[in-house]
Amino acid sequence: MTGRGLWITALIVPPLAFVALFIVYPIVSAFAYAFFDWQGLRRLDFVGLENFHTVLFVEPYRSWTLNAFKNNVIVFFALMVLQNGLGFILAYALWRELPGARFHRIAVFLPVVLSTIIVAYLFKLFYHPLFGVVNISLKGLGLGFLAQPWLGQSGTALWSIIVAQAWHMVGFPTLVFLAGMQRIPGEILDAVRMETESEWVKITKIVWPLVAPSATIVFTLLFVGAFNWFELPYIMGGLDGSPFGSTDVLGLYFYRTAFGNVSSGQQDFGLGSALAVLIFIFIALVAGVITTRLRAREIQL
Amino acid sequence: MRKSIIRTGAVLAGVLVAAPAFAQDLTFWSWRQEDRAAYEKFIETFEAANPGITVTFETFEAANYNTILSTALAGGTGPDVMMVRAYGGLENVAAAGYLEPLTTETVPALADFAAPAIAAESMRSDGAIYAVPFASQTQLVIYNKALFDANGIEEPQTWEELKAAAQKLKDAGVIPFANGTATAWQNETVTFGLGSSLMGKDFYDELMAGTTDFTDTRFTGALGQVAEVAAEYFPDGFIGLDYPSAQQLFSSGMAGMFIGGSYELATFKAQNLDIEMGVFAAPGENADDAKLVALYFDGGYAANAAGANKEASIKFLNYLASKEFGQAFADTLSNISTIPGVTFNDPLLAEVNDLNKSSIPYLMLAHFRYGEPSGSVMIQAEMQKLFAGETTPEAIGEALTTGLAAWYEPFKK
Repeated sequence: MTGRGLWITALIVPPLAFVALFIVYPIVSAFAYAFFDWQGLRRLDFVGLENFHTVLFVEPYRSWTLNAFKNNVIVFFALMVLQNGLGFILAYALWRELPGARFHRIAVFLPVVLSTIIVAYLFKLFYHPLFGVVNISLKGLGLGFLAQPWLGQSGTALWSIIVAQAWHMVGFPTLVFLAGMQRIPGEILDAVRMETESEWVKITKIVWPLVAPSATIVFTLLFVGAFNWFELPYIMGGLDGSPFGSTDVLGLYFYRTAFGNVSSGQQDFGLGSALAVLIFIFIALVAGVITTRLRAREIQL
Repeated sequence: MRKSIIRTGAVLAGVLVAAPAFAQDLTFWSWRQEDRAAYEKFIETFEAANPGITVTFETFEAANYNTILSTALAGGTGPDVMMVRAYGGLENVAAAGYLEPLTTETVPALADFAAPAIAAESMRSDGAIYAVPFASQTQLVIYNKALFDANGIEEPQTWEELKAAAQKLKDAGVIPFANGTATAWQNETVTFGLGSSLMGKDFYDELMAGTTDFTDTRFTGALGQVAEVAAEYFPDGFIGLDYPSAQQLFSSGMAGMFIGGSYELATFKAQNLDIEMGVFAAPGENADDAKLVALYFDGGYAANAAGANKEASIKFLNYLASKEFGQAFADTLSNISTIPGVTFNDPLLAEVNDLNKSSIPYLMLAHFRYGEPSGSVMIQAEMQKLFAGETTPEAIGEALTTGLAAWYEPFKK
């Protein structure tokens, strides 16, 4: 081998080994786990697709899977509006330099820096039925009839957590969109100004198409994030997706199935891994489709 | 020369045989971080009586303890002696063969333990005992003595008296019950802490015998009455109230009663040193109905089947099963030790211990956590629905029976 070849090998092998050992190997072994029967953490026989069949078609797993999946879908679409939609509007307002833009640029991004745990406990206190700032404010405004046990009702629990998530992360899409808008060349904007005064036309015809690359990133990350959602529902709803599964999402459901919880005492690595594999494949496929579709509409400036 | 070789050999062999007796280091795992100081005291007593054996106490986070433990055992890095859960949680670890089966020969004290305590630490399939049970917990009603005295309330003897007492507190501007049900497992506590006497011992016996199921009116009727009391006398918006807030409501004196486990007593005392508490078993319909508490066992001490120092581990387990340890355990940790003959200095614990004489097992934990879906998970979710007005007691009975039929033989038709 020539000196140059040796040099290249020495540079490439360590990172390749690292990736193989810490990324490829765990993923492959997680796949393998899903095809075995488990007793606690002891591996028993090879069972083929049995575990996949169980989580998808056998009660009670079937309805648990469907319920968690349904909630993830709600979370995704709700956050698409509350987090990405609002993020776009905020970014536009900041970009147009409305009064106080400098202050708000920081204020909007600040919650993103907070730890998820802190946000979760903070909002749990906000929603407290007796002492929570939400209910106390409502009562103070004479709207006491609107005061609710927010996290205790199936109709409001998931939405309460979604709002907390949107508050926490709205700064991220805002920042990405803002960066995208600032890349739009001044000549294009000047040209538009000659044509129209309407902000609406400017947004729909110029800004939105030109921030397409930002949208691709933000949409894909939101999709992955929404289907891997765990921390907020775990702290605010509990491992069981309290009340009665209305805040249950795939992440919690996977954790419960694989590692058990105090109230069920059952650990099943086979079913848990099968779920993990299904979640992984679903996210990989859909994220792939979203990315290619959205890429196609991006315009090179 | 030859002689010296033989001598050296003999000495070496002697050292090898004696080596384990010289230094036996046991590791002892637990999820009771808060009890570290107490356990270190117990260990000192043991080490003083057994020179040559040292025990290292290590603690792990309670919620993930079972996962951590079984991972370590599977990987061969488990401890010599460990706390294990009871019932289904025990089987998870024991079924994989990680735990040393115990007999009355290796741990003679086990012969005197109460049968339900032994059952909690045995596996159903082989009937073998895998751990020395350490504490029992009782689900009952805890009340604030000062608030009861101030409002002229006595411990209720009938369900009507219980409601009357709650009404009196409510009229006086005190929250009658502090409980909230946003935290899932609290629903189970409330259901059986309040409803066990209404369900009755006959229902329990027939359920175990397989002659009735959860559609029984004694069971569904009790659920209905529990929900009625909750709607009337629990805090505003209790379905959104989580467990720590509920504890605070009681310990701060804002609420008169708390339905919970005997383990709460120590917590309340720690949160408010001045609080004077009493306990009673929630009554049945009539004064002559047996007042039952719901009893269960927390966990036990087990030895690693693959441990290097098994002999020393068994010695340590024998100490953990001794009356001497039980007494120290009850005195320092304010817990009900399962070891027979232990007396309680704390009058409250002594009272709980008396109440335990009239009890039924904490139903779902003791019998219905062995498969999926677990009875506990189901009753928790169904009671949340009932409290939110989204189901009826009869529908719960139906859902439990059909749900559990997935793995519970007597319900299979």
